[in-house]
Amino acid sequence: MQWEVVIGLEIHTQLATQSKIFSGSATTFGSEPNTQASLVDLGMPGVLPVLNQEAVRMAVMFGLAIDAEIGQHNVFARKNYFYPDLPKGYQISQMELPIVGKGYLDIPLEDGTIKRVGVTRAHLEEDAGKSLHEEFNGATGIDLNRAGTPLLEIVSEPDMRSAKEAVAYVKTIHALVRYLGICDGNMAEGSLRCDCNVSVRPKGQVEYGTRCEIKNVNSFRFIEKAINTEVRRQIELIEDGGKVIQQTRLYDPNKDETRAMRSKEEANDYRYFPDPDLLPVVIEDSFLNDVRATLPELPPQKRERFQAQFGLSVYDASVLASSREQADYFEKVVSIAGDAKLAANWVMVELGSLLNKQGLEIDEAPVTAEQLGGMLLRIKDNTISGKIAKTVFEAMASGEGSADEIIDKRGLKQVTDSGAISAVLDEMLAANAEQVEQYRAADEAKRGKMFGFFVGQAMKASKGKANPQQVNELLKSKLEG
Amino acid sequence: MALERSDVEKIAHLAHLDLVEADLPQTTAALNSILGLADQMQAVNTDGIEPLAHPLEANQRLRADVVTEVNNREAYQSIAPAVENGLYLVPKVID
Repeated sequence: MQWEVVIGLEIHTQLATQSKIFSGSATTFGSEPNTQASLVDLGMPGVLPVLNQEAVRMAVMFGLAIDAEIGQHNVFARKNYFYPDLPKGYQISQMELPIVGKGYLDIPLEDGTIKRVGVTRAHLEEDAGKSLHEEFNGATGIDLNRAGTPLLEIVSEPDMRSAKEAVAYVKTIHALVRYLGICDGNMAEGSLRCDCNVSVRPKGQVEYGTRCEIKNVNSFRFIEKAINTEVRRQIELIEDGGKVIQQTRLYDPNKDETRAMRSKEEANDYRYFPDPDLLPVVIEDSFLNDVRATLPELPPQKRERFQAQFGLSVYDASVLASSREQADYFEKVVSIAGDAKLAANWVMVELGSLLNKQGLEIDEAPVTAEQLGGMLLRIKDNTISGKIAKTVFEAMASGEGSADEIIDKRGLKQVTDSGAISAVLDEMLAANAEQVEQYRAADEAKRGKMFGFFVGQAMKASKGKANPQQVNELLKSKLEG
Repeated sequence: MALERSDVEKIAHLAHLDLVEADLPQTTAALNSILGLADQMQAVNTDGIEPLAHPLEANQRLRADVVTEVNNREAYQSIAPAVENGLYLVPKVID
């Protein structure tokens, strides 16, 4: 049987405000436990929540960026459940009238196509505290620093059809919220968390299968693995004659399996109702227009511009546009070197792997855009070959200065004087007289590989500095002649 | 809609209420009488009437995004039954 996978995602993004959504407590990550928990955050009787304007502005900004209807009259509701890290006994959230309505995102896939994914809604709510179950001898420790941190929960339509598409969607959201400056996107610190709703159905069937929700998956890699693992589990279950039960599951990356947390039948009835402590939020047109005016160029627009302006592929353009810092770096290199494809290649491949190896972000890159641009100029004017450029790049990365300084100091300038190259070639051919004989005796088909041998020897003899194109041409005429 | 005794037991469980056996019939009756009132209100024609989110004819005031709270952990934790290393301690819960 052919199965189709159906995935919808709920992404919680912590908004990058200074203070909490309903209180004046700080939101700094990693502070001493409970030093950022005020009477409001502790759920003490008699306190009143007051909504943070910045959280509203950020939510609106997100809504405009995904072309969504903005709920200009939106309402907060209480979602009731018991858990010690939720001291009020309810979470202030939004139910009937969220701040962001239906919108969409265009996500670039690896095969170079673009897929449109619907966003059902996005609503404001408060984060809960943290429970620490270890090391307290039968007790659980509660840290309420996180309680009341503003969250924007972004709910997608069940539009994704593979784990890879789901990851591409999360990456698109991740890039977008960072572009907008509304969330730092730090998944390891929980600033962006993902719940995955997964179901399978026989290909061609219109109705959805029963879904399971995998809670709190916190890295791109784990999202892909968790979904694939869950899909396998559901298909095996059904093919063995079983039935998927709707439930909440947790992904265990160590065992690469998902485990049931609780069944939805046993789940809480959240008893949502409008929060009497908060009045309806009205967003005026003037506020909307002010926010709209502050929207930066967004990833899809940047990607399209990179394609049109620089002739890059969809994939290259979307990789480069995936973060504002990387796009700025790339554009600076192009402005210096003038060759967009060469620049794209160096930023994505050489710089990318250097950053990867050293675990750095692009704004911490040991090679500046000015340095890289300067080096590409030397490739273009034939001062150095692409191969020598890698040596120069490494030297720049270890702080040896600009490309020109390194080329000069290390004597890496490419030899383009044909007399000098010719002399090197003559010497090399004389030392390999036997191979020259064989080459001349060989037929056309075999000569290709043998020619490569001579090129290698010549480059070695010139310490890599001979211009490869000239070596090729001169060598050919010498061997044929 | 009338609640059965089993419904009341389930609601009590969800609300973390420990009802004693003897109270169940009375609680069930009381809840059913509240639902009766709800039924009476449901019967009112509300076509074209916008749901009321709040009885006050006013909109939410917003505050500026400024940190105004200072750390008062010691004062707050002095009334807590159990604390350790700055954490509030509660009976162990694992979901």
